[in-house]
Amino acid sequence: MSIEIRHISKRFGSFTALDDVSLEIPQGSLTAVLGPSGSGKSTLLRIVAGLERPDSGEVLLSGEDATGLAPQRRDVGFVFQHYAAFKHMTVRDNVAFALAIRRRPKQEIRERVDELLELVQLQGFADRYPSRLSGGQRQRMALARALAAKPRVLLLDEPFGALDARVRAELRDWLRRLHEEVHVTTVFVTHDQEEAMEVADRVAVMDHGRLEQVGAPAELYDSPASEFVLRFVGDAVRLGDRLIRPHEVALRRWPEDGAVEVEIERIAVLGADARVELVDGNGERLTARLRRDEVEDLDLTEGEIVWASAEPFRELAGDAETGEPVG
Amino acid sequence: MAKRLGLRSLALGYLLVVLLAPLAMVFYRTFQNGLEPVWQALSDPNTVHAFEVTLLATAVAVPLNTVFGILCALAIVRRRFRGKGLLNAFIDLPLAVSPVVVGLSLYLLYGRTGWFGGWLSEHGIQVLFAFPAIVLATIFVSVPFVAREVIPTLRELGNEQEQAAATLGATRWQRFWRITLPSIRWAVIYGVVLTTARCLGEYGAVAVVSGRIEGKTETATLRVEDYLLNFNQAGAYAVAVVLAVISVLVLVVMTLTKPKEEAF
Repeated sequence: MSIEIRHISKRFGSFTALDDVSLEIPQGSLTAVLGPSGSGKSTLLRIVAGLERPDSGEVLLSGEDATGLAPQRRDVGFVFQHYAAFKHMTVRDNVAFALAIRRRPKQEIRERVDELLELVQLQGFADRYPSRLSGGQRQRMALARALAAKPRVLLLDEPFGALDARVRAELRDWLRRLHEEVHVTTVFVTHDQEEAMEVADRVAVMDHGRLEQVGAPAELYDSPASEFVLRFVGDAVRLGDRLIRPHEVALRRWPEDGAVEVEIERIAVLGADARVELVDGNGERLTARLRRDEVEDLDLTEGEIVWASAEPFRELAGDAETGEPVG
Repeated sequence: MAKRLGLRSLALGYLLVVLLAPLAMVFYRTFQNGLEPVWQALSDPNTVHAFEVTLLATAVAVPLNTVFGILCALAIVRRRFRGKGLLNAFIDLPLAVSPVVVGLSLYLLYGRTGWFGGWLSEHGIQVLFAFPAIVLATIFVSVPFVAREVIPTLRELGNEQEQAAATLGATRWQRFWRITLPSIRWAVIYGVVLTTARCLGEYGAVAVVSGRIEGKTETATLRVEDYLLNFNQAGAYAVAVVLAVISVLVLVVMTLTKPKEEAF
């Protein structure tokens, strides 16, 4: 099912959570909504699920207006950051909930739950209570529960936010594979740009209740529409009056047009790459990321003066001065 | 370790002196002269009737206050509305106001010259000095307990589970029965136990409004006093012990049914 968000605005008291946001999510895609905390990304997801009412604007599900529809009539699966496990029910009853509500035959429920528990690798845990599961297991249970009634959309609100780094990485891969297998239209909210870039095939970047840019991960990285996107998606350094990626900094031993004189403060070798920390005449720090052979070819040492320039030369797709997104 | 032991003995000692010793004394005195006087007091038709009145009033007040308490707790925790603070404060009123004052206010409302009293007596409904007044007084004094137990549990619970249930297709009604109620069930049960205990033991308000007519509007606690005033100590002790036993039984049943290690 496709999702169409049209001119949604939402305020909480004097705080503007969403300011005229429009976004289209195509059928079958895996979309990440990326932004810092307070950017309105969770509110947007909750509005799509019907857990929050927008002040203005419309939500269309499969082309039909769903703005006023109660959450239980939207046919969406929702996964919460803190799992929202039904603590008084076993794992099996949690997963079966949506089917039990719909009064499906017992046999059918049992088969479907078994199938889902296998999908999330919790076969041996059916009779446990959520309190006896780890965080990662609870979130997998929550996912199985959300998928039980075959929703047309799967919405995940910071699904891996409460988990430790290793489990998070595991579940990311796993969500990616799940999407390939189940192919339900999926939207997940995250503040972790690496997570968004790695898992999603489309990323929508939000800041201060506004949509900054939507595109494929590579698109956002290579042609950010605003300074915010450039800074938020991947690292950015300021060289002279321009913002560039650390790997776009080129170092020379001689002055060049537009190059900035810098002193090498520190060289850190990171496997095949090296991070060169620089400081310019005004005391501004920046970091360059070079290949190690480049560092060796130039014979760079700490304390030396070199000239830094941007390579390749690139302009923001949008207007870097105002940070206004283009399109 | 020594400090903890000291603290524990202090707590236990305090309970022993103010709670257990008097209770034990009542038990001892009751059975001091054998079972005969106890049986005599308890089989007195007026005593039997007094217990019937108490149990009936409890049977009306407890379900009403349980439903009201849960609704109140839900409104206070989940809703935003004008006068919420007032409602929250009013729930505690019966704890703050002396039952005698409660009785007096019922007297003023339902007496012949009271706001409702005139209209009611014109229509042939007797409230004061009859069973309805006993029920009203009992309901009033036992209002707070369920709400006070449920409110903190609901706060702690949050509403994420209910939102999850909503996205899974559950209607408001289904969410209440399948998610909310099971999650707060221990708070509700504990509130019901406290309410029951309070109803059984109610004295002050009922003493004012019941008219305490022997065999008609006398409750068990009034019966105890009645026996005492008539120098029938054995009778007073016997009724008191039955009241105490009922309360202890309710507590024991609750403790036994509650699983040792909560499933969650």
